[in-house]
Amino acid sequence: MLALPTTYLRDDNPQLIIEPLDAMTVIYHRRSGMTHIVAEPVPQILACMDTAPVTAADIARRIADTFEVDDAEVEAVIAARLEEMAELGIVERIRA
Amino acid sequence: MHEFRVQVGPAGFRIGSVWEAPIRTLAELYRDYPTPTITDYSVRLEAVSPWRRYIRPSVAINGDYMLPDAAPLPLTQALLAAEMAMNLQMALGWRRHLLLHASAVEKDGKALIMTGESGSGKSTLSAMLGHMGWRFMGDEFVLLDLVTGEATPFPRLISLKNEAIDAMQAQVAADRFGPLMCGTPKGDIRHLVPPRDAVQSMGVAARPALLLFPSFGFQSAVRPVAPSEVFARLTQASTNYVALGEAGFGALTGFVKGVPARAIDYRNGDEALTLVNQLWDDLA
Amino acid sequence: MKIDGMILVEALRRPTTSATWDADIWNVLVSIARVEQLLGTVARRLNGIAVPPEIVGILDEARINAEYQRRSALWEADCARRALADIDGKVVLMKGTAYAAAGLKASEGRHIGDLDIMVARDALPQVEAALLAAGWEWVKPDPYDDAYYREHMHELPPLIHKDRDRMIDVHHTILPLTAKPKPDAASMLSNAVALDNGLFVFSHADMVIHSAAHLFADGELDGGLRNLWDIHCLLDEFADDNFWSELQSRTAHHGLWVAVQRAARLAHQLYGTEVPADWRKTHWQDGYYINRFTARDAWGRGTRPFLRLLFYVRSHWMRMPPRMLVRHLWTKWRKS
Repeated sequence: MLALPTTYLRDDNPQLIIEPLDAMTVIYHRRSGMTHIVAEPVPQILACMDTAPVTAADIARRIADTFEVDDAEVEAVIAARLEEMAELGIVERIRA
Repeated sequence: MHEFRVQVGPAGFRIGSVWEAPIRTLAELYRDYPTPTITDYSVRLEAVSPWRRYIRPSVAINGDYMLPDAAPLPLTQALLAAEMAMNLQMALGWRRHLLLHASAVEKDGKALIMTGESGSGKSTLSAMLGHMGWRFMGDEFVLLDLVTGEATPFPRLISLKNEAIDAMQAQVAADRFGPLMCGTPKGDIRHLVPPRDAVQSMGVAARPALLLFPSFGFQSAVRPVAPSEVFARLTQASTNYVALGEAGFGALTGFVKGVPARAIDYRNGDEALTLVNQLWDDLA
Repeated sequence: MKIDGMILVEALRRPTTSATWDADIWNVLVSIARVEQLLGTVARRLNGIAVPPEIVGILDEARINAEYQRRSALWEADCARRALADIDGKVVLMKGTAYAAAGLKASEGRHIGDLDIMVARDALPQVEAALLAAGWEWVKPDPYDDAYYREHMHELPPLIHKDRDRMIDVHHTILPLTAKPKPDAASMLSNAVALDNGLFVFSHADMVIHSAAHLFADGELDGGLRNLWDIHCLLDEFADDNFWSELQSRTAHHGLWVAVQRAARLAHQLYGTEVPADWRKTHWQDGYYINRFTARDAWGRGTRPFLRLLFYVRSHWMRMPPRMLVRHLWTKWRKS
């Protein structure tokens, strides 16, 4: 049996205020009132997410195009960050 | 209840006490401050039980905002109890500014803000600078305006600890000091009335120009602090950042992007003052 | 003006009378409203009414606090929703969080503390496991207290989330199992109404009934003014042709006639709530309750200690049959 890859949806755009400071970026999440301090590639991942649910592979492909990196390598990293963001409630896991 | 009211910066306090003596001392030390009619917070110095008002009198620290496990203090330390109760109201109640646990002084309309753990010397440094050409703004809390980002003073009595007491006694007239309290949970404590100009202009805000993280006990050194580290440390130094929500986030990111920050190490007061003046002159 | 909790009642009931207040009354109001956790509600009631300049900042602060609590409560409910997405059966929000999630007037400016939810009793093990898996932890891992909760109480022992530091109380009915009234929890669940996000709240009548049962069953009547304000707002917002007869039949069904009638009557007496004529007949005990609810001095401290003690003893009798109370206290004494 082939498991479907998990898709993720970013909490609707106005819910997140993103302020790059230096190597780190601070994110205010309106719905929860929580502030998160994040490093790359979290801001890049969020920038790739709009109103449609996406998988880690989708994002890896987009980031790989922009930054000329190998998408298989980044996919695992992106999948891990997406899971962390889902725990925080910044993105939501969409059940297949 | 004996009652005393006092205005410190933007906050008015109503202090009630079952004993008369602490009220008399407070009135004496806060003699330069205005008396509000409507107050923002009430605090109460009460006996822990009816008989403890007379026998080994012990002060329970109560008020509009309370900590359930705040340990009582002996009556001889009632002034410290009042200070702690007033601080608690600000820490738990104040929402009109972003509140930073920090000290501040002002020169030419610009504010120097110092923050750090207790023992870093931020309070003593602000007291020293406040008596040598700077305007003292506060030794415990700095209040940042949520829209303009300006710092509003909160110049309560300066709470001097241990060695700092001698250092300031060498510089300031004896009638500006409160009673010496020995053996408090924080060691020896003596309150110092801020300079008159600090109280007279406590309604005057200043634009933050420099943020310092002082550390006492290390060889003289200066290190720049990255904005994201400043951000993280200031969220830890603020008791109301989370409650203010988006307004707090806006004020703090604005501060972090606009105000240069340095960590300074020093071994004695003279070293610290040299570093501070040097960094301040470099800004111009 | 007499100095007690009636100043706060007046501010809520007739906010425009504040125009006649002097500084001392304002100071008393602020202290009492803070200790009763009603300052945010007072701030809402005083919206658009001229107040002294010093009071403006105090009320703004109360509004910011209320907004913060509302945001945190709704977020915590959302976290619970995600953690319990796979549970069979309804997850019903209760009290403050329910009022906020359902957009009810009772939530305006209201203080909201812990998250309270109700689930079916046979879903408890599943709910417990799901919450533990999602980062909630037991507050007190104490076997006696645990057994006590499971056998006699209407909820799981409290859980706290390890990162967010917020408590959740999971109920399977609205009163302790030892209490004399036995409300029909199953029918409360089946009548519960869905919100947009998949969580549920009680039907209008059950919401009022729960609030009233909670007010008189729980603790020493602390927070009485706040709970009665909830009831005032709920009755005011729900009132229509069918509501009162529905409330009457649901109350009878749950066997909570005394509590619900008393709550409606006291809300009418204190806050001027519109209630039907046959709900208004006064009872000889009403005065005691009102005195108990308003027992505060100029500094917000509790007064009328004898009355407080009376209600304290009463509340323990109501929660637990006397013999069980002695056993419970004995176990506590021996351990401490």
